Amino acid sequence: MFWHIIMKTLIRQRSKMLMIAFTVILGVSLSTAMMNVMLGVGDKVNRELKVYGANITVRHKDAALMSDLYGLNEGLGVNDKFLHEDDVLKLKSIFWGFNILDFAPILDGRVLMNSSFDVAIMGTWPMKHAVLSTGEELNTGLKSLRTWWDVSGEWLNENDDDYVMTGSILASENHIHVGDKITLKNGGHEKIFTVKGIFNDGGNADSKILMTLSSAQALMNLHGKVSSIEVSALTTPDNDLARKAAQDPRSLSPEEYETWYCTAYVSAICHQIQEVIRDGVAKPVRQVAESEGTILNKTTLLMVLITILSSIGSALAISNLITASVIERSQELGLLKALGAYNWQIALLVLAEVMITGLTGGIIGYFLGIGFAQVIGQTVFGSYIEIAKMVILIVSVILFFVTLIGSIPAIRYLMTLKPTEVLHGK
Amino acid sequence: MSSKILELNKVSKIYGNLKALADINLSVNAGDWLSIMGPSGSGKTTMINIIGCMDTPSTGSVILDGVDISKENAANLTRIRRDKIGLIFQQFHLISYLTAVENVMVAQYYHSMPDESEALEALSKVGLADRANHLPAQLSGGEQQRVCIARALINSPQILLGDEPTGNLDEENEGIVVDIFRRLHDEGVTIIIVTHDPEVGDVAQRKIILEHGRVIDDIDQSATFCKTDGQALKLKAK
Repeated sequence: MFWHIIMKTLIRQRSKMLMIAFTVILGVSLSTAMMNVMLGVGDKVNRELKVYGANITVRHKDAALMSDLYGLNEGLGVNDKFLHEDDVLKLKSIFWGFNILDFAPILDGRVLMNSSFDVAIMGTWPMKHAVLSTGEELNTGLKSLRTWWDVSGEWLNENDDDYVMTGSILASENHIHVGDKITLKNGGHEKIFTVKGIFNDGGNADSKILMTLSSAQALMNLHGKVSSIEVSALTTPDNDLARKAAQDPRSLSPEEYETWYCTAYVSAICHQIQEVIRDGVAKPVRQVAESEGTILNKTTLLMVLITILSSIGSALAISNLITASVIERSQELGLLKALGAYNWQIALLVLAEVMITGLTGGIIGYFLGIGFAQVIGQTVFGSYIEIAKMVILIVSVILFFVTLIGSIPAIRYLMTLKPTEVLHGK
Repeated sequence: MSSKILELNKVSKIYGNLKALADINLSVNAGDWLSIMGPSGSGKTTMINIIGCMDTPSTGSVILDGVDISKENAANLTRIRRDKIGLIFQQFHLISYLTAVENVMVAQYYHSMPDESEALEALSKVGLADRANHLPAQLSGGEQQRVCIARALINSPQILLGDEPTGNLDEENEGIVVDIFRRLHDEGVTIIIVTHDPEVGDVAQRKIILEHGRVIDDIDQSATFCKTDGQALKLKAK
């Protein structure tokens, strides 16, 4: 009889129930979309932020010390401390190697240009194709880390050892054009290079010459050496644990250490990099790393707020619709009380009707929300959003409480409903 | 000698400055048929609400089947009403989307357990066996009131309470309903009916007249009470 009454009520009050279901569909679809985007947005936002370049720099520990203590990035005690080029590919072997998106070794130096003045050079992997020991193929290099560079001419290729790129300021001051030849000399090493491209970085690099790492090593007579490594990694925004670990990983308890080590905090990734790069000290580039965290946190907050607001909106709308429905049926519900139904039995009847409607709307809304999430993923990030199973649980809990909270005014009305008032038409 | 099923002792009901019932004393034996009459505002409905456990008196006590219901809470009153009272309404109050038999079964559901055969038997007793699967909208007023009576009787209540049960019926259906009451009375059911209709009031065994919340007359109609004539009302009307 209970279900019979419910089913007949649902059919008879279908227009109101459809409105309730529609409200739930809107709320749940929005919540589902926002939560799926929120949970999947971390990597996507991070990938978007990769245009800002590397977020980790690895240097020799002594060079890093000079930089930390005296703010020196060049000169004696800095430029004569090097990392090993054959360690660079080991970056992909760390626990969070999959999160290392791009990296490039850098060898800084100064050489004599056209026998007239000193110029800073920067040797690197412009583009690098490598096969790792695991068999994984890798394409990386500075080009992936300098996506904002405005280049006239062409980027250097992997084996362009006879070519260089010059910074825009250097090119402008010395009337260098693409295709020109320049002579670079350091000690007994001298070589003529062809300018393949001129880049505009917007920073110090505009006064430098960029060449392949092997060319720079030959010129500087530093075979197999690199000054630093720039790394672009997908990271998780720092929390208290990450900040504590950044101070000193040894201060963590074994459980905390495991949690920290197995989470892609920038400090954890730096720690793991140091484990594979001999004499290396990995440091986050704070502006980039913090921007990523800030943007990600704000994006997440925005989506949480949208989810909360949509839930509140749904609860209010459901509340109005259910209350209207119950008031319309007050005579019938009052009759049930007169026939001997307890308050809780009437409340259960109404709640069951609303929950069935809500559940139906919730299922439709969930799948609609997945569709919305994909539209957002395609429109904003150009890729699909991965569906998080935990969203089903979260949305179910939200749906339950939104429906329950939305039903409170109607239930309160039911509790105070006196059969005598509705049955005698007073 | 019949036992007392209901006793009102100095029952008053006060709404603000209005005294809807004032020091009512009433005693009803099991198997009695009472009619309560009086002009509008005399306190008839208030009285039946209190007897029907849908309201409580401001002062005084109401003893129903040996239990003082005047101090019971809402949940207990619901239980007592469910177990001891059968209600009949002027406007029938059938659930529009349930058939006649389902309307009867609703009362069973909230009392114990729905039993369709019992519900059909109850409808059969009021002459509606062939209309059991009709919706209220497909029944005449008299038929709807008979469904209401079947619903009130399905749980074998100790008192059948009617609030203007013939108020919305034509003369013919009024006669049919009164005949049913008469038969129920013969079976020993206690009947208390509030009515404006003197003809319906006159066929009861006892007539209580209310005015301004007070009992101004308590008339024993046993002498003129027709126990055997099933067409009593119709004969009176003629």
